[in-house]
Amino acid sequence: MQAEKLVAVDIFCANHNIDISFVSSLKQIGLIEITTIEEISFIDLTQLEQLEKIVRFYYDLDINLEGIETINHLLQRIKALQDENTLLRNRLRLYEIID
Amino acid sequence: MNFVDYYKLLGIDKSATTKDIKSAYRKLARKYHPDLNPNDKNAKRNFQQINEANEVLSDPVKRKKYDQYGKDWEHSEQFEKQRQSQGQQTRSNSAGFSGAQSGEDFSDFFEAMFGGATGAGRNRQIKYRGEDFNAELHLDLIDAYKTQKQTLTVNGKKIRITIPAGIENGQTIKIAGHGGPGINGGPAGDLFITFSIANHSLFKRLGDNLYASIDLDLYTSVLGGDITIDTLDGKVKLKVKPETQNGTKIKLKDKGFPVYKNEGHYGDLYITYTVKIPTNLTEQQRKLFIKLSEL
Repeated sequence: MQAEKLVAVDIFCANHNIDISFVSSLKQIGLIEITTIEEISFIDLTQLEQLEKIVRFYYDLDINLEGIETINHLLQRIKALQDENTLLRNRLRLYEIID
Repeated sequence: MNFVDYYKLLGIDKSATTKDIKSAYRKLARKYHPDLNPNDKNAKRNFQQINEANEVLSDPVKRKKYDQYGKDWEHSEQFEKQRQSQGQQTRSNSAGFSGAQSGEDFSDFFEAMFGGATGAGRNRQIKYRGEDFNAELHLDLIDAYKTQKQTLTVNGKKIRITIPAGIENGQTIKIAGHGGPGINGGPAGDLFITFSIANHSLFKRLGDNLYASIDLDLYTSVLGGDITIDTLDGKVKLKVKPETQNGTKIKLKDKGFPVYKNEGHYGDLYITYTVKIPTNLTEQQRKLFIKLSEL
């Protein structure tokens, strides 16, 4: 069952035409986690979206790993602020009608 | 349909080299890429536009055609026919980022010039994940109180979704695989549905808790008694304590909103009593109040 939730790193890299060392370096700086089973590296499906996003940053936008790490932090902050904004707007609806 | 100045879009002049175009595109792509601008429709639209500009200007054949016929793009078809008749047919295999929306000037212009959808101009021949779709679904608070199934039509396809009870206004849920189709055999994108929940009920909602104001007549507030109030779960009988003050708040445990994805768990309902002073008193009532005040 667990294997169904994992994607082999080499298959991912082959599909995206990227070097395996790129994924390894992402692991080293803590941007993704890799699971190793019987000496084969896997990425959890839940991380696939994040990894694809990083691939786009690196290969399509020419952003280096340090930049991606910084962007990652900022995107997390944006998400937290957007969630907080939603919460506050809903709280404001207690007192007035807003668009 | 308006002429679209791709050079202006990328902020370059007509003498720009391939390197200049790539550099200008990347600079703008870093600014407007949807991954860097979550939930920003303007950024997404700008990204589609610069993608389209890059698609044309980074391809020597398309750029030549654009430079030659750009402002008189209507003649491009004639140009193509002429080329085809000369056995020099070139076929564009542009099928990259599927961001362009049909019906917009940019895509119409692009299609009129080159046919087909825009591409991202990526160099890697990879499997692209399809575009994520965003949609807004309007519900009433009463609808959000119970888990329900709805059928939505997304790009002509009907999909059945389950909306868990307790969904929050402004909350977004992801329906995996129901976005745009993948490219080169890549996986489909996802569908993101943001809920807009209108509240026409007597209750105000904050998270899982509900708030309501209930009018209480003077006699019940002074002497106490039983009242029946409406909740989203039906009618509830309440015992009002004697000498209940205006503005008194009471909590009805588990009579609030369902906790999202936590079946059987509910927030609380807070009731605030508003004591209503009687008006249009009869002479007899007035005398009795006077008598009461003199006691």
